[in-house]
Amino acid sequence: MLLPISWLRDIVDLTDISNDTIEKSLFSCGLEVEERKSAAPDISGVVVGVLKAVTRMENSDHLNICRVDCGEYGDDIQIVTGASNIKAGDHVPVALHGATVYGRDGKVTTIKNGKLLGTPSNGMLCSGEELGIDDDWYEGAGVYGILILSDDTRPGADVKDVLDLNDEVWDISITANLPHCQSVWGIARELAALLDRPLTPPATDYTVADVTDDEIDVTVQAPDLCPRYIGHYVSDVKVKTSPRWMRRRLLLTGHRPINTLVDITNYVLTELGQPMHAFDLSTIAGKKIIVRRAEQDETIVTLDENEFKLSPGNLVICDAEKPVALAGIMGGLNSEIRPDTSAVLFECAKFMRDNIRHTSRELGQSSDSSHRFEKGVDEYTTGVAMDRALHLVEELDCGTVTRRRIDRRANENPVPTTIRTTFEKLNAVLGISVPREIVTGILKRMNYTVVTDGDSLTATAPAYREDIEDYPDLAEDVIKMYGYEHITPRMMEGCAITAGGYTLAQQQALKLKDVLVMQGFYELINYSFYAPQDLALLRLPEGDPRLNVVRIQNPISENYSVMRSTLIPSLLRIVSHNGKRGHESGRFFEMANIFTPAEGNALPPQTMHLGFAVWGKGESFFTAKGAAQAIADAFGVTFTYERTNVPFLHPGATAKVLCGGKEIGFFGQLSYESAEDAEIVGDVFVGEFDYDVLAPMFPELVRYAPIPRFPTVERDLALVADEAVTCGEITDAIRAACKNVTDVTLFDVYRSAQIGDGKKSMAFGLTFTPTGDAPLSPEAVDKFVDKILKSLSFRLHISIR
Amino acid sequence: MMKEKIAACRAQIDEALSKIASGEQLKEFHARFLGKAGAITALMRDLGQIPKEERPAAGQLINEFKNSVTERFKALEAEVAKREMQAKYDSESVDVSMPAVMHAPGALHPTSLVKARLCEVFAGMGFRVWEGSEIEDDYHNFTALNTPKDHPARDKQDTFYIGEDIVLRTHTSPGQIHCMETMKPPFKVVMPGRVFRCDDDATHTPMFHQIEGLVIDRHVSLCDLQGLLDTLAKAMFTPDTKTRFRPSYFPFTEPSVEVDVSCCECGGSGCRLCKGTGWIEILGGGVVNRRVIANCGLDPDEWTGLAFGAGLDRIAMLKYGVNNIHILYDGDQSILRQFRK
Repeated sequence: MLLPISWLRDIVDLTDISNDTIEKSLFSCGLEVEERKSAAPDISGVVVGVLKAVTRMENSDHLNICRVDCGEYGDDIQIVTGASNIKAGDHVPVALHGATVYGRDGKVTTIKNGKLLGTPSNGMLCSGEELGIDDDWYEGAGVYGILILSDDTRPGADVKDVLDLNDEVWDISITANLPHCQSVWGIARELAALLDRPLTPPATDYTVADVTDDEIDVTVQAPDLCPRYIGHYVSDVKVKTSPRWMRRRLLLTGHRPINTLVDITNYVLTELGQPMHAFDLSTIAGKKIIVRRAEQDETIVTLDENEFKLSPGNLVICDAEKPVALAGIMGGLNSEIRPDTSAVLFECAKFMRDNIRHTSRELGQSSDSSHRFEKGVDEYTTGVAMDRALHLVEELDCGTVTRRRIDRRANENPVPTTIRTTFEKLNAVLGISVPREIVTGILKRMNYTVVTDGDSLTATAPAYREDIEDYPDLAEDVIKMYGYEHITPRMMEGCAITAGGYTLAQQQALKLKDVLVMQGFYELINYSFYAPQDLALLRLPEGDPRLNVVRIQNPISENYSVMRSTLIPSLLRIVSHNGKRGHESGRFFEMANIFTPAEGNALPPQTMHLGFAVWGKGESFFTAKGAAQAIADAFGVTFTYERTNVPFLHPGATAKVLCGGKEIGFFGQLSYESAEDAEIVGDVFVGEFDYDVLAPMFPELVRYAPIPRFPTVERDLALVADEAVTCGEITDAIRAACKNVTDVTLFDVYRSAQIGDGKKSMAFGLTFTPTGDAPLSPEAVDKFVDKILKSLSFRLHISIR
Repeated sequence: MMKEKIAACRAQIDEALSKIASGEQLKEFHARFLGKAGAITALMRDLGQIPKEERPAAGQLINEFKNSVTERFKALEAEVAKREMQAKYDSESVDVSMPAVMHAPGALHPTSLVKARLCEVFAGMGFRVWEGSEIEDDYHNFTALNTPKDHPARDKQDTFYIGEDIVLRTHTSPGQIHCMETMKPPFKVVMPGRVFRCDDDATHTPMFHQIEGLVIDRHVSLCDLQGLLDTLAKAMFTPDTKTRFRPSYFPFTEPSVEVDVSCCECGGSGCRLCKGTGWIEILGGGVVNRRVIANCGLDPDEWTGLAFGAGLDRIAMLKYGVNNIHILYDGDQSILRQFRK
């Protein structure tokens, strides 16, 4: 909210306290000053000048040459002006060289010395408009021409002093727990308590006149949404312009002055935080006010001429026939104050914040009033505010306050909240011992009624504090005023010792990431949602489970509208992005959840996935496989790889990965079609593992196995096989043929005319391990090799080279 | 007679030794003079031909001669070996400034680094690490946290909806409710994770990361909270980092505090990063609201709680000097490369 400092200083005595100190004090109360603005931030270098002489320029029909006395800035400055409302002896605002004022387009411009029709002009005489003010701020500022200042202004004085433009307006953010600080008065009250300074409450006295008019009938049919409704009848209304002091305050707080009645409601809103409304009583049918839930499809046109179709979730103020206001949000056009309005019904009410917020969101209609109601208005202030408004009616002489007041309360005798607690409990929340007399002193300054008896403390909250529920609220009020600097860091003394740390699963996930990093991978974090077009990169066939996505109902844009069902599109986007940035290769991974839709109201389940991509120079299907294998080796598990098909991968270069008999995922070369769609240059190999399936395969325990007593024996075999025979088949066949083979590694593949068309030579390194109590003799190994070759020849038609 | 033979042999040896420059020549020399078929061994064989009474003296002469030659040979052998090793070293000398041959390691994401560091710090203080679901129900994300429907505090958290009562979690705080519902007090837990808000502009991304902390014990206070957060700030930035509390509001803590740390850029003297205040806002926290404890089925007269939450991306940005949050989500390896530990 906007707070003019002059207004604040009017209410609370802040003599000898600087604005900086005020800011710090507000800060320690939890009221953060977001911005301190000068009342006229863009005006600078404009001083009072006295016109010594005004003469018509010889070669012009409208320009005047003025000789101006600007005191210490020069007592004979020549300025050319086109204005005609000036004469010698006038005091006027003068923008000197380097001054900033508003130009015709409303933008800030800097004034420079120059020439007009060849005549030097060393500044500019200013109009009210050029200083950003009109009649609401200063008498005569609205006229067309130069602003004439009063004769008692001193030449050379800064016009900001002369025009009261040196006020500061602070923008203060108010957290949702401080509805009682949503007003100039509320902030003043808090500050007065903190600094222990006297407060001057706004005057609320007025005299009432007897009237003979018909009674006004007020019925609240929805007391759950409107716990208090006050109507007060003001007769003999004179709709006129408000006094300048009020108009200035309204301008500083962002309100446009309109007329006395409307201005009073806005003034009270700003001053006390209580929204008000004024109905033209002549438009209220049957002199009846009914506060009720709207009927289905009932309509209202609000003051800003917008029409709304309502439902029973919305609260309306009605007369005998029709809705005349959207409760707490905006009055109806049908009952608005007009220049000829002669009788007014002031409304001052408390509407429940949840309902106002709901209606405001639902209809997309808000106002200063609705903003206040949404934060919360207390029903004590509702009564004070009505009195304040009536006082102002009298002070501004814009109507006769009658005796007709109707006050409907859901709870006739509201009992203020009383907290019965102990000093010990209060201090236990804070962790320090605030002396009892300080606690009671603070609470009393904050208008609590305090009764103490030894350690026990009974505090009754002031009527305007509807936020107080329990003793921690008191503790918070005390420490705010006592000062958070009294809290001293302490390390959970007296707390139980607890076993902390990562679970095994969490440790494994961190290790997995490290394994990949050591393989040259960069970890990515991408948003959990992407665009349907991202998923379309995969050209998935109808029925593919990845097309079954969780949708966001209110996405920021289509780009972030579906939750990820696979991590691959995000990886492709990143690879593409890196290619466009001039990189030629790269390795990336991401560990993140994917989501699948759930039935009914169940939460869509999430599954942890590992996605990875290797791309560009030096990468191949087998470097990608190497990355996968590194994971298996790091955790001591066995991966097996089988040819498979994945819609968006190369049909000849795709493998599924199995571990412990379960399929954990796949990897392979991205299809050329998808690569083109993703604008990726160069081959890219991608994979995606279901980490929730993989992780349970990692062994929890390591069991030591004795190493063989006798050395192993290595033999190399060069085999000639048909092209179709796979490395895996040969490896399996070798292992099956001889139980002493503990390792088989392919180390060369060779093709030539000599070997023959459709054939390949494959060189394997075999490791034989003795199983018995004796070393392996060369003859024994020869026998094993023989057996293996026979088996290979029989099963796979493989011969030795 | 023998003396002459020895003298002749010595002359040959002197000449041969003076010409030796390599191990190969050493071997030749050894074979020629000291080996089984060598000249000195031959002298020994000649002993048989001289008179018996002269043999001991002649034998002694030959032995002395052999010993002296052997000694000289060994010395030369050591010298040659040293020389040859030096030559080998010289020939194998490399330009150490040439590029390494290796598969360069990649790097973890900066937010991951900060997350891991914080989890480790809190693990050391007895905190478990708990990670929940990115999709939450309205009850856990709001209502149980004392933020019922149409509560004004919901304004600050523009929410993505999946269904009527299903949301992308707007903060890690629902973890508080899950932990209180499932863990047996007393306990301490930190909850890092992804969170989401409908906000995408120069200073906001629609997804970012938070870490939530929760202590449930019998007697905890604001002083304990500051002790914890002081430790956090010192571990994350520098050992002389300070923390400051000021009042704030969260529906699920009472009292609530905003926590500032002394500026990591200027150390508190005021700079552009801290807008001249010397302080940077990084955390919120407070004493867990008694209603929230009751909502989770615990007795608020028996159990007290502390809770805090911090933005991991924001900490990463401060720690690494990243001035725009979008950089963290860009994915260009020129960026990611810089965060190798």
